[in-house]
Amino acid sequence: MKRIDTLNSRRDFLKATASGVIAGMLPVSLVRLASAEEHGADFTFAYISDSHIQHIKGSNFVRNWGQGLIRTVAETNLLEPKPDFVVFGGDLAQLGTKPELDHGAEILAGLNYETHVVLGEHDYYLDLGEYWSELYGKHYYSWDHKGVHFITLNSILTYDDWTFDRWESPERRMNEMAGLDNPNGSPFMVGEKQIKWLKKDLSKVPKDTPVVVFSHSPLQHIYKEWNFWTVEADEIQALLKPFDKVNVIYGHVHQIQYNQIDNIAFTSVMSTAWPWPYPESYAQAESHLPIMTVPMNRADPFNERDATGWQFMNMHTGRVDLEFNLYNNTNRTVAFSEEKGRPEDTTFTDSANRIPAQQHF
Amino acid sequence: MKKMLVALSGLVLASAAMAGDPLGLPEVPIPAGNPQTAEKIALGARLFNDIRFSSTGDVSCATCHVAATAFTDSPLRVSEGIEKLTGTRNAPTVVNAAFNKTQFWDGRSPDLEDQALHPFLNPVEMGLPDHDPILKIVREDKEYAKAFKTVFAVAADAITMDEVTKAIAAFERTEVSGDSPFDRWYFGGNQDAVSEQAVRGFAVFLGTGRCVSCHVIEQDFALFTDHQFHNVGVGINDIQEKVPELARAFQVAKNEGMDVDVAVLTDADTSHLGRFAVDDQLSSMGAFKTPTLRNIAVTAPYMHDGSLMSLREVVEHYNNGGVTKMGNPINPFLSGGIRPLDLSEQDIDDLVAFMETLTSPRFEPTGDGTVASGDM
Repeated sequence: MKRIDTLNSRRDFLKATASGVIAGMLPVSLVRLASAEEHGADFTFAYISDSHIQHIKGSNFVRNWGQGLIRTVAETNLLEPKPDFVVFGGDLAQLGTKPELDHGAEILAGLNYETHVVLGEHDYYLDLGEYWSELYGKHYYSWDHKGVHFITLNSILTYDDWTFDRWESPERRMNEMAGLDNPNGSPFMVGEKQIKWLKKDLSKVPKDTPVVVFSHSPLQHIYKEWNFWTVEADEIQALLKPFDKVNVIYGHVHQIQYNQIDNIAFTSVMSTAWPWPYPESYAQAESHLPIMTVPMNRADPFNERDATGWQFMNMHTGRVDLEFNLYNNTNRTVAFSEEKGRPEDTTFTDSANRIPAQQHF
Repeated sequence: MKKMLVALSGLVLASAAMAGDPLGLPEVPIPAGNPQTAEKIALGARLFNDIRFSSTGDVSCATCHVAATAFTDSPLRVSEGIEKLTGTRNAPTVVNAAFNKTQFWDGRSPDLEDQALHPFLNPVEMGLPDHDPILKIVREDKEYAKAFKTVFAVAADAITMDEVTKAIAAFERTEVSGDSPFDRWYFGGNQDAVSEQAVRGFAVFLGTGRCVSCHVIEQDFALFTDHQFHNVGVGINDIQEKVPELARAFQVAKNEGMDVDVAVLTDADTSHLGRFAVDDQLSSMGAFKTPTLRNIAVTAPYMHDGSLMSLREVVEHYNNGGVTKMGNPINPFLSGGIRPLDLSEQDIDDLVAFMETLTSPRFEPTGDGTVASGDM
């Protein structure tokens, strides 16, 4: 009965707005914001990340990773209202091979929207992004959309010595970078050349223009052993600090994280392939996961899609709110709270509303 | 405490079952607002079978939920209502529906009381314009009026659908059925209750068949459902190209106030949208509730649209990874758990033999075309 009441109230709301927006698939709060007249630059986009398309041999690919991306693309195409564009957040491939990138690109091409693509380390370390560039062009770039300045960074570079001089083969290099807790790994970097470009790019942007940065790795120092880390995080944050409203969206971590550092709101996105545990729960190691983050539920290992998902993003008044579409789980919304000046989970910040983690199996 | 006793011996369990719940089933959940009484159950049974509650005066709840076929309308593919009009869905059994956490294939109803409101009004089921004709009958029929007075302490002219649906639900909560050969073997410890082939089939059910992931078995009972909704590649596979257009049209109509119950039962394509039509979640596209497997051998055909004729066809569909015909494309919204199983012909036969052990004695065919004790 309760369910029907909810539907009725939504129906009433929709009638009341008379905006012509079909909102069935969106939470009402997003619709209200999306259809508000007071901010001309409000719009929506979708974010898909970390699909890790993995080649077995011949025409065989790991089915579960492929299906994760196929399903996400099909669902994204059903969104109403239609997003202005889609961002793919990196790690389209698992080991950077042409068959993997081709297969992933073919699935992504099913999107009915303009798509911006971020480079991930799994796309890069086999041929240093050569084939990826044939598919998607520049490794870092910026563009403007409805009054918002968007920047896509390549945050998965590392020391030249590691990249160029250490490994006997590109395959070995790719494999070394693909592992977690790998003593042979190397921390992610943006690099001097790109920082210079970023400075120059930002110099043309008025300080009251909302800035949204897409990177594969967090532009924060969270946990080095898994490269939840970008070496020049502090430097980049300093470059972004003069702007009134900055949002950084990153993949790589396969889990929900959010943070506020000065004026910069950070939010991670989910993987369509698999979840990572939180570093402190898995490695019992200290990490710098922002204390305000309400962690995602512990994934149910019997649910192939649990703790994977994709994001619908609502851009309003220069801030990005994320609606996490989580399979076999409760969807979550992490929205910017003007009152608190930081992103916040709209439901689960209140600990009374949280879903207790499974304690035994 | 009860669990401990159950663990001690099958004998104790058997006697406990005789005293209370049928072997293999938990206690029937009774909502606080609708306690069971013998008079209420009898009233509910009469309402359930009353053909006057339809526009043509010849369709009752029992028309599609026939006791002799485990409260389904087997062998019909989809149900037939007034004037032989057909819906889009295979009648789910009433048996053990008391344990369901939601009702209907898409869970659009939260409980048995609410569920009972809808078929009366659906144009392809009982076809009434509203509930008034039902209230008129129960208020004017002296026996009904008396029974409602006894059960609910309500005057004839004050009877509402609340009392009507409560009585029907109370009756339906008595239609629980366990004590199948499987129950006697697995929970009762009777080694001779099932065949060796069925035992092998049970191993497939738990193992390579991956059936138990959704058709759940608990430690001391088995409802064979996880109460969740899954896209298993039935129905939606055939309308893949139309999904974007259908989903959009459906959302527009729903926002304009269209009746979901009518829409999903009168249009086959819309029906295949499944749980999405109810909860608006993209991740529910083409998903339907996991049905129980109890009495499954006597309720063919199968799946929400009755499109698979035999248990073997169902197993083959799953063995193919969510397509009925090997090589056909899977739908993009397919549940992650559905994947090719690589079962052998022997495995498939064994699995079917296992499912045939889930029939309760009262629904077991006797060989002469009737069932042991299914009659009302």
